[in-house]
Amino acid sequence: MCNLTESTLFDEAFSFMPNKPIEIILLRQLSSYLVMPIFLVDHEGRLLFYNEAAESILGQRFDETGELAKDELEKLFTPTYEDGKPMPANEVPVFKAVLTERPVHSKLWIQGADGVSRGIEATGFPLIGMTRRMLGGMAIFWEMQKK
Amino acid sequence: MMQVSVWGARGSIATPGPETNKYGGNTSCLSVLDNGSTFLVLDAGTGLRRLSQFVPKGRSRVDVLLTHLHMDHIQGLGFFGPLYNPNMEVHLWGPDSATLSLEARLNRYLSPPLFPVHLRELPCKLVLHTVPDEVLHLDRLTITPCMLCHPGPTVGYRIEGPEGIVSYIPDHEPSLAGALEQSDSTWISGYDVARGADLLFHDAQYAADEYQGCIGWGHCSMGDAVRFADRVSAKNLVFFHHDPGHSDDELDSLAAPYTSGSHAYKSIYGSALKDVYVATEGSTFLLKQGEVTFQSRL
Repeated sequence: MCNLTESTLFDEAFSFMPNKPIEIILLRQLSSYLVMPIFLVDHEGRLLFYNEAAESILGQRFDETGELAKDELEKLFTPTYEDGKPMPANEVPVFKAVLTERPVHSKLWIQGADGVSRGIEATGFPLIGMTRRMLGGMAIFWEMQKK
Repeated sequence: MMQVSVWGARGSIATPGPETNKYGGNTSCLSVLDNGSTFLVLDAGTGLRRLSQFVPKGRSRVDVLLTHLHMDHIQGLGFFGPLYNPNMEVHLWGPDSATLSLEARLNRYLSPPLFPVHLRELPCKLVLHTVPDEVLHLDRLTITPCMLCHPGPTVGYRIEGPEGIVSYIPDHEPSLAGALEQSDSTWISGYDVARGADLLFHDAQYAADEYQGCIGWGHCSMGDAVRFADRVSAKNLVFFHHDPGHSDDELDSLAAPYTSGSHAYKSIYGSALKDVYVATEGSTFLLKQGEVTFQSRL
């Protein structure tokens, strides 16, 4: 049932964190019902959510990761090309999709939070809401092989 | 003082008749009169027709804020007197759709064969505004729209002024976007609109068992409305958008567990929720320095 602590209630009463756009709220809800791995970021590339199916590939439960800034996210998963060279953050499909406002598909390797390196194929696409608000991006991905 | 009057509280379709005489049969429409001068209309349901007769005298501007364009929220528009007054400036606020402007969407209703008069033929000075791109400042009031969980583009309005905060969320299914008990507040649909409201008008269309058969239709059970109000620390909640199938007696019976008289509702979050009301057509709430008083029928 209720998992709110007194400090959470205090935070809610005395500080103001704007709620997420409804499109993002509904996407999180939808993705939590899907078995395809899904990853959501906001318009600044901040990690907002990944679903249970993504947890096994990313090597960590979302409840443990929580929301992360783009640079923290990059450090956590260290994306690389097939030859092991670092992939710039803005080439990662979900971030590139946000920047270009176009869908992007590519292969990359990530170091999971559990220390395992995994090859993944990912399609990122931008999330553009009503009145053309750039809300962020969403990636659907799947594992190719383990190194 | 801020005066919030209810001109229609019924959901979905107007339901006049002896069975609904107490709470009224007109669809969604409120008016807000702040400091005796600033005048707003919230939604243009069938209650708007009667409101036309009570627009404060001497006004040259009226702002009508539409939450969305479902029929029960715009059907009164064609019968709103100020639209036919060449000396009146009417500002209509509402959401675009993904491909159509507010004007194009309104034209679907305000044109034959659904209505004999085109939007462009109205003699008033009509100004259309798309939400949620704009925060509206009207005299002492700041009005913030925010998109909500309801089928099609839908907003709620947060109206803040020196007398307090009124939040208007007539159509909303917050539990579809996640469990109210477990979600972090930033993931609760409508949280920003309703946070700390002195007076929250919220969808409460269904009884809990009715809601189970209507999940995804965009509306809320009474229990979820109370949980939402509790979670956002609203001080007073008004059940709104009554189901057209509920007679006065049924509404009394369904709401009784939550209304203040029975003291049956216990806050989960220890919030400030003081009173739960059932919106009654013709009634008024007075808001002064955050304190709410209820006046029965006008």
